[in-house]
Formats: sequence, C-alpha cells, structure tokens
Amino acid sequence: MSPPLLVAEEEGQSNISTVASSPSLDSISHNGTALKERNYLGLSDCSSSVDSSNVPNMSDEKKDNMNLKATELRLGLPGSLSPERDSDLYASNSSKLDEKPLFPLLPTKDGICSSSQKTVVSGNKRGFSDTMEGFPEGNFTGNSGINVMLPRSSGPQPAFMKEMPAKVPQERPSAANGLSHNHTGTPANGSAPAAKAQVVGWPPIRSYRKNSLANTSKNNDEVDGKPGPASLFVKVSMDGAPYLRKVDLRNYATYQELSSALEKMFSCFTLGQCGSHGAPGREMLSESKLRDLLHGSEFVLTYEDKDGDWMLVGDVPWGMFIDTCKRLKIMKGSDAIGLAPRAMEKSKSRS
Amino acid sequence: MNYFPDEVLEHVFDYVTSHRDRNAVSLVCKSWYRVERCSRQRVFIGNCYSISPERVIQRFPGLKSLTLKGKPHFADFNLVPHEWGGYVSPWIEALAKSRVGLEELKLKRMVVSDDSLELLSYSFPNFKSLVLVSCEGFTTDGLAAIAANCRLLRDLDLQENEIDDHRGQWLNCFPDSCTSLVSLNIACLKGDINLGALERLVARSPNLKSLKLNRAVPLDTLQRILMRTPQLTDLGTGSFVDEPDSEAYFKLKHTISKCRSITSLCGFLEVSPHCLPAVYPLCSNLTSLNLSYAVGLQGSDLMKLIRHCVKLQRLWILDSIGDDGLCVVACTCKDLQELRVFPSLPFEAGPSPVTERGLVAISVGCPKLHSLLYFCQQMTNAALITVAKNCPNFIRFRLCTLDPTKPDADTMQPLDEGFGAIVQSCRRLRRLSMSGLLTDRVFLYIGMYAEQLEMLSVAFAGESDKGMLYVLNGCKKIRKLEIRDSPFGNMALLNDVGKYETMRSLWMSSCEVTLGACKTLARKMPRLNVEIMNENEVEFNLDDAQKVDRMYLYRSLTGKRKDAPDFVWTL
Repeated sequence: MSPPLLVAEEEGQSNISTVASSPSLDSISHNGTALKERNYLGLSDCSSSVDSSNVPNMSDEKKDNMNLKATELRLGLPGSLSPERDSDLYASNSSKLDEKPLFPLLPTKDGICSSSQKTVVSGNKRGFSDTMEGFPEGNFTGNSGINVMLPRSSGPQPAFMKEMPAKVPQERPSAANGLSHNHTGTPANGSAPAAKAQVVGWPPIRSYRKNSLANTSKNNDEVDGKPGPASLFVKVSMDGAPYLRKVDLRNYATYQELSSALEKMFSCFTLGQCGSHGAPGREMLSESKLRDLLHGSEFVLTYEDKDGDWMLVGDVPWGMFIDTCKRLKIMKGSDAIGLAPRAMEKSKSRS
Repeated sequence: MNYFPDEVLEHVFDYVTSHRDRNAVSLVCKSWYRVERCSRQRVFIGNCYSISPERVIQRFPGLKSLTLKGKPHFADFNLVPHEWGGYVSPWIEALAKSRVGLEELKLKRMVVSDDSLELLSYSFPNFKSLVLVSCEGFTTDGLAAIAANCRLLRDLDLQENEIDDHRGQWLNCFPDSCTSLVSLNIACLKGDINLGALERLVARSPNLKSLKLNRAVPLDTLQRILMRTPQLTDLGTGSFVDEPDSEAYFKLKHTISKCRSITSLCGFLEVSPHCLPAVYPLCSNLTSLNLSYAVGLQGSDLMKLIRHCVKLQRLWILDSIGDDGLCVVACTCKDLQELRVFPSLPFEAGPSPVTERGLVAISVGCPKLHSLLYFCQQMTNAALITVAKNCPNFIRFRLCTLDPTKPDADTMQPLDEGFGAIVQSCRRLRRLSMSGLLTDRVFLYIGMYAEQLEMLSVAFAGESDKGMLYVLNGCKKIRKLEIRDSPFGNMALLNDVGKYETMRSLWMSSCEVTLGACKTLARKMPRLNVEIMNENEVEFNLDDAQKVDRMYLYRSLTGKRKDAPDFVWTL
C-alpha cells in the first residue's frame, strides 16, 4: 500500500481549517473510529459544480473504513502511529518521529532531520484543532452547525483559470517543461485513469486558446447545465528536478489520488533515469520498487494559494484546495518548516 | 544594368514587394544592394535574435514597417520555459534613438512591456499600425499610451495575447481628435471595457473596417455599434447572448441585415445558440468565418449556419461540428481554401466527433483547399491517400491526432503511407505537421518528395537517426525544423552541421541528443547559437553524455545573446 503522501485527515479532527470559506467536503478526515459523512455545507445546496462533482467520490471513499487510516493526514507510512498530536505544538525535536515525510519521493538526500517533519505535522494538526472550537473532536455529523455557504459561483473559478496564464509572466521562470516521461504513458490513453497526467504540450494548442475554451466552457456549463467543469491545470515543481510538470486537479477527487499521480510522475527522479521519448510503459516502475525508494525521503508537498502563500497540502478539504491552489511544489522538508503556522494563522483569520 | 540611374532602379524595385525577392535583388551587385537597401520600407525578421536592431537600422534607413518574431514556435505549447526571452525593448529603444520613421510594427511571440509600448507611442509621430500576436508582458496601461499618443493610429490588432487587464479606462485615452482607426481588435482582453468610450470611438471612426470586440461587449452595445458602422467588412462579436424575445436581439437582427459589407465574421466568445440566426443574413457574403471560440454552439447549430455560407474561403471551427458537419461544409463551401478544426474539449475524456471521414468529405467537396489544420480523433492511411489525390494543392498541412502515437484506425499500421501520399502529391507543400504512429519511413518520403518544404513539426515520431537524416539531407528548402519526443540523436544532429546555417532554427526536445554533441556542434559552427534549456535552479550537469532536455539552435550574426536567463545555456 503506497504511503499516504497526501491524505485527507487525521483521526478525529476534521482538517477543515477554514470554516468560513470553502465548501466542499471531500475526502476529509476519516478516522479509524466513527466516521460520518461530513457535509459541512449541506452539499446538496451547494451550487458549485466543483463540489457536486466531488461528492460522489467522497462518499464512496468515506464508507471504506479500512482505508481510513490510510487516508489520514500524516507524515508517515500507513500503520505507523502518528506522534502525540495533542502534545506541544512545536514540540521539541526530541521525540523520535518514526513517520516518514508527507511526500517522500526521494531518498534521503539532504539530510533533513525527520524531527523537522514532526514539527510540521504537529503544528499542522494543532492549528486545525485550534480553529475547530465548538466541534466535538472526532464527531462531526453531516449537517452540523456549520452550514457555511460557499461564495462559489462561476466567477472565481474562471477567474482562477484566467489568472493562471496571466500570472505566468510574474511567476518564477521555471515554467512548463516540455518533457513527457515514459512512465506517464505518452498519450493520455487512460493508462492510469485517476492519475491521468497529461503529456505537456499535447494536443498542440496555444495556451491562450486552451484557457479561453476552458473558461468559456465553464461558463457555459453553468448556463446550459452541461456536465464537466473546466480542467484545472497547475504546475508541479520539485526541488532538484530539471523541469516542471502540470496536472489537472480535476482528474482527482482526493488527496490520495493526487499523491499517487504525482508519485508516478516524479518517480523518474527517484530512479535517476528517464527515457526521453514517450513509449508508454517503457520504464514503468513496479509499485513496490517505487515505494521502497520513497521510504525515508524528506519531501513534502506544498501548494501556493491565491494569496501567494505556500501551504502544506492536505489541510483543507479537497474542494477548497483545488479552488485555492495555484501551483504545487514538492519541497524539501526543511523548507517546509513554517508552513504549518501559516496554515494555522490563515485558518484562524478565515474562520 | 549598370547604366540605369539609381532612381530608375528604385522605381523598378518598388514593384518587387516580397521579402524574399527583395533579398534576392540585394544580392545581385553592389549598386543593386545599395539602391535596394535605401528604398526598402518593409523588413521581416523571423528570429529577433538573428540580427541586432542597430544593424537593421543601419542597413535600412528608410524602414517603415518592421515584423519581428521572438520565441520558438513550440513556446505556444508551453515547451519553452517562461522567461526564455524574446524581448522587444532593445528593438524599440534602438529604433527610437535612430531617425527611423517607424509606421508599422508587427510582433509575434514576443515579450512586450508597457514601457516599450509607451516609448513606441511617442517616438514615432507617423506610427500607424500595431499588430501583436501571441505576445505577453504588457497591460492595458501600455495600450492606453498607444491610444493617447499615436495620433494617426490606424490599426490596433491584438491577437491572442496575454494582457494583464487593469480594467482601466484605456479606451478613453483615444483623444477626440483620433478619427483614423481602420482596424481595432480587442478580442483577447479579458476585462470589462468602457462601453460608452467604445461607442464614441467607433462613432468618430468613419474609416473603420475591422472591429473585433471582447467578451465584455454585450449584444445591445454591438447593435448600437453596428448602426454606426455599416461599412464594416470584418466583425468579431463579443458576447452574443440574450433572450430570444428581447428587444435588443430584435433590433440587432434588423441592424445586422443592413451590414451588407461584412465578409469576415468571428468572435462569439459567448453565444446562445438561439441568437445565432441573427447573423444568417450575413452568411451568403462571408468569405471568412471563425467560430473556433464559440464553445456554446453545437454541431447542429453550426450546420444550420454553414448551409448559408456558400462563398466561404476560410473556416475556423471547433470539432463539435463533427464529421457530419464537415460533410455539410463540403457540400456548401465549394470555394473553401483554408480549414482549421480545433478540439473543443482537449482534455476531456470523450472522443472527438471528428475523424478521417470528415476530412475525406472535405477533400471531395473542396478541391481548392490549400491550408489545413485538423485535430481529430483518428486517421487512416486510406483517408490520407484519398485526400492527397483530391487536393494536390496543399501548401500547409497540419494534422493532429489527439493521441499522438495513434496508428491507422483501421489497419493499426503506422501512418507513414498516408503522409507519404500527401508529400508526394502536394508538390507545393511548404509546411507540414504530423502526428500518429510514424516510423522512419515517413521521413524517407518527406526527404524524397517534399522539395518545397520549409517548416516541419515532428512529435513522437520516428525510430532512429535515419529519420532525421532523411529530412535534413532531402529537404533542400527546410528552414524550420522542430522535433519533440522523438528518438533522434547525435548522429543525425552532427551529420551535416553546415545545413543549419541554411535554416532559421532547429528545435529538439526530449530527443536523444547529448550535451557533448551540442557542444561539438556549437564549436564547429560559431555562427549558430546553440541554446540548452533547463529549469533555473538546477546547475547544469557537466556530463557530456547527459541527454539534453531542450535544444534550440538558430543562426545569428550577433553571437550569444545577452538577455538569456540562467536556465538557458548558450554553448
């Protein structure tokens, strides 16, 4: 079972750090114990197509108690106990963290001590629980008091889509790369359905046109009720990788799916070898081989949100995440210190 | 020849208008060179890094119209890292300092800043025409400067640029005295515009022939504008959405029916199908129709519209038209010369409704077809062979299967024979872009038959170096070769290094070329810039055996460029 690189939540506490904003539920916090469908917003009322498309996936996932542990947000392998979460926030590094980094893609390269991960972890979780005053831990029911209405109209979404390309000039110049790896399978031929990583630059359409069509179809969907929201491509960079990738967040409904997709995408760096032309399946890693390499790495998955802040992935409900995520970055654990407190502050300011 | 005074030569040269012909003229002898260069007004620079602005200005003091292209073509598809280059500012600065009386500037795939636009706007009192295609880096503030300062502005044509819209009042910056506008294209602006300012601008532009609006312009504004511009020949609608029984729509129908001069129609960035019949009266006069952004239209809507378009020569459409719709096009548009079928939902899982069947129908019905861009779900060799037979006049043939290595849908064979038939039959083919499962064989055919080929785009094709060699050895006129994700390596690259000086550029990404080979090439050919690209954080691995992710080489008289970012390494 692959490490839960990005996982919805931890025991008991919903990871929804911001109550006031985003709506969608998604694959949040499933706890080993009682897990109920957490419909924070009364999702049936939710008008956002984003959320509605997520709902079905979520319920399926939630029901599966077996995977709950696996879907916990933790910086470790499934099965290993999470550290004392209720203990000090930025706990001393003394306690050994036997958990592995959230996004362990690469073997220990930079000698980042694992304790720093723990700091991140605890901080993260504590931050969340702080914001969730008023909620009994581990016991959320579906139409609990938080019927937060998300101000999610079609506006923000296309704006977001539009922003992405518009922001390109200001972003750091590590823009899209032009490579497709063997392991992603050259054509988006449905080799890995959930992790349908697109071949960069294919089909060859100008990005202006691509974005424009995406925006328009999103608008039209709202108008005509046609299915299928626009694709939501974000860049994924990784420290130490020579080029970036892009993923369509709409291909995934949970953090788990995203993380496995990213695993596959960046696995070539783990192995240190990738073919340069896209014959599908040429250098596929076996899952177990990949997992072996992932143990012991100190990378975390982070994202840049609309405010330009770098946040740890996994804190917020999936729907909120994809609404606010502008780009992803797999960073070294040492760089990720300090994300947690910010996540907490943000959630506090939002709630 | 030597007895003709310069004035006579100059007069004769006035009739020589194409860039290539003028370039040829200048090579005849020194006096022709001199006369030609002094009389040249229009200069085309296909790669802004091939020559310095100062040299251009020095050679052509009479320069009035400049066209510049910046980034390599694959930048359109996100294969070029963002801050690669293509800055226009050195050009505008150099021109501003000189005595050149610039009147027209056309830029493609370049980075333009607001400062440059501002400098442009007040440096050239006779400046008339600004055309920006696929550019970026500027905002509506830059446009405001152009509007305010270019007193004689005739054309402001913004095509598919990424413009940061500050939602300001830039349209208000056109002074009341500005009455010279002939062409205004603001379709790519994403934000709101001041509708009143737009209407007033249009009202005082009696020469306005081409107007392309953006999404923010609603139907009723369009109607008022059209009332003022019955002489319009080229219209791009903004938002074409309204209730079918609204007064605005009713008025629009009436107004449109009076616009008998419109021959080119585009836009429909937002459209309700039930509003479309308003444009039916225009259809019989249309020679150009671009519905490639009209996502809201279904195949049936498109078919109904196109049935009226009997004079159509150019059609850009989305694949929602389907094969059946293409059959309607084939039956109706007998004069069709250019067809582009774009994918409407490129990243959705569903199959495209366009296949080889539509293309075959078109080839049967439209023998004059010479330019094609066709995104489709699948293709077959048989179809391509039929198309080649029916349409021997292709100049541009670009086919893209949504799955880049898809074989012949019927036989599961590579598409070599199909494309081979195209190049063999279409002797005037200048541009070719292929996709689908392709082996070295297709390149053999290209090398053998594509004598006029100037630009070739290759993706996920070929089996060995031989493929690339066939092309480099066979295509004498090849100027731009761009290759991605294909197994061509050092042997092909280094086989004939002199060839690259006869070409504008070569792009190879995700191929088998190593750093060592690129270094060798750079060493042997000092007048080529060989650029290797990596993401900027990564130090260049100095291992010569390392495969290069992206290589872009181009001939240049200026040597290594000074504005290259960290991640671009010029060898």
